[in-house]
Amino acid sequence: MTTVYRKSAGLQDRDLHYCPGCGHGIVHKLIAECMEELGVIDSAILVCPVGCSVFAGNYFACDCIEAIHGRAPAVGTAVKHTHPDQLVVTYQGDGDLASIGAAEIVHAAMRGEKFTTVFINNAIYGMTGGQMAPTTLLGQRATTAPLGRKKELHGSPMRVCELLASQEGLAYAERVCVADIPHLNKAKKAIKKAFELQLAGVGFTFVEVLSACPTNWGMSPVEANKWLMENMAAYYPLGVIKEAQV
Amino acid sequence: MITVAKELWKGNEAIAEAAVRAGCRCFFGYPITPQNEIPEYMSMRMPQVGGVFVQSESELAAINMVYGAAASGVRAMTSSSSPGVSLKQEGISAMCSGELPGVVVNMMRGGPGLGTIQPSQCDYFQATRGGGNGDYRTIVLAPCDIQEAVDMTQEAFDLADIYRMPVVILGDGMIGQMMEPIEWHDIPKRELPPKDWTASGRKGRDHSNFVTSLRIDAADCEQFNLSLEAKYKTIAEKETRWAEQDTEDCEILVVAYGTPSRIALSAVEELEAKGIKAGLFRPRTVWPFPSERLAQIAAQPGLKAILVVEMSLGQMLEDVQLAVKGAKPVRFYGRVGGMIPSVEEIAEEAEKILREVQ
Repeated sequence: MTTVYRKSAGLQDRDLHYCPGCGHGIVHKLIAECMEELGVIDSAILVCPVGCSVFAGNYFACDCIEAIHGRAPAVGTAVKHTHPDQLVVTYQGDGDLASIGAAEIVHAAMRGEKFTTVFINNAIYGMTGGQMAPTTLLGQRATTAPLGRKKELHGSPMRVCELLASQEGLAYAERVCVADIPHLNKAKKAIKKAFELQLAGVGFTFVEVLSACPTNWGMSPVEANKWLMENMAAYYPLGVIKEAQV
Repeated sequence: MITVAKELWKGNEAIAEAAVRAGCRCFFGYPITPQNEIPEYMSMRMPQVGGVFVQSESELAAINMVYGAAASGVRAMTSSSSPGVSLKQEGISAMCSGELPGVVVNMMRGGPGLGTIQPSQCDYFQATRGGGNGDYRTIVLAPCDIQEAVDMTQEAFDLADIYRMPVVILGDGMIGQMMEPIEWHDIPKRELPPKDWTASGRKGRDHSNFVTSLRIDAADCEQFNLSLEAKYKTIAEKETRWAEQDTEDCEILVVAYGTPSRIALSAVEELEAKGIKAGLFRPRTVWPFPSERLAQIAAQPGLKAILVVEMSLGQMLEDVQLAVKGAKPVRFYGRVGGMIPSVEEIAEEAEKILREVQ
């Protein structure tokens, strides 16, 4: 019998707790597959965030460190400096990275820290129940913006790739999404490329993944991915945002 | 006979060098007076020993870098002064929960808020009561001079590794800024447990390690807290330190730690020269606090009163009161806001108390 599909060896054999239609499980799989293909499961160190993916360390087969809210880039900085030849990946959501951890991510980029950040942007705080994030779209409702995000009151959504691209230390930034299979395949390529550039010691590498949160958006998974493509991808352009010449 | 050369060192730099000699290979810090010589020294010294120095974007980032280095198995340290140490409490709490070793130096300055850059002991509560969120403690070493600061720093890394927790070196601006002759001692090496829990890459291990401070299940979280409690009990039994002078038959006992304990020693000698039986009790760990020994001294029939001297409004005072349990009158003399008590002030206060309790 031919095996046509198997779970990546980069993941442990455990059930995920994520909601139906959530992007986290998909991105976990992509990261795990990239680690497996590069043969680094045995040496990689993943720094996990606070938010829905706070349990990521229970799912990955590589060694993991749980950072406190916003601080994954600081933790990743120390881990990469002390283990320069190993793949170090930090994984953060938008509240974690763009709000409470804004200083840490900007300074990791400024210093050109040689790890990779995978940034899950679902335009909302997921685990705490749908509060407004720096990435929440204008007009999008959140439990702390019940009438929708207003520019004059809350400012405009933060485009993190573009913000970080202003830093010389950022070697590679690409924005992808996992709303359908073609985009998912592109997302995997971006993650793998970021890992390869990291292992080549190029500089800070960053992949932003637009990801659906059907539960907190109040939509079905199908509706959520449609909304993502029509609204999020319109504000957050997909593709390579920066690629430094090596 | 082996002669050991005395060397003149500034406190902050001596502590940094002591950390290097203790095997510290990561330093993360942020500028704040009066501890700047520690990161400055480390920025030069770490690369020389193949270590890592990062000037972080904030004290928050610095302590979280220590968390990361410790989680991946490397001896790491940060230093700051009072307002900066407040910011570090987030990471110290997380390190206690993740059971991660590390050393944190606090060269205390006067507060609250930005306060002053002059020496103080106003962070005693923060250091000895946990300081951040959650039920936890850190071992708190309280050196009274640069020699002791050096010896304690070298020992702090072993303590951190043995008990897998942050160890705080609670100094004050005076200890950081002054220069004194010191000798470099070989600190006896302790037996250290294997670091088989680190997230440093599996490298053939049959399972992955996950360093975390999250225990979402209440029953698990309770069990973890109880295991911390058991660890803290062991530490209290094995690692409580103090020094004492002329306590055998004193009628007045002065209790002080850090810089004021040296001034108090001069005051005790002044009192003794006048024929007053005075003694000094100096906690060298302020957590765990040497309550048992203090209670024994308090029970001595000849002891009439205890005078606690601090550069605060009375923080260690509470630990002394808890230890003495009303057995003898406990009085307090403190200077705050960067002011330092003088020998005369302490001696006068002691004499006044003795007159009052006769």
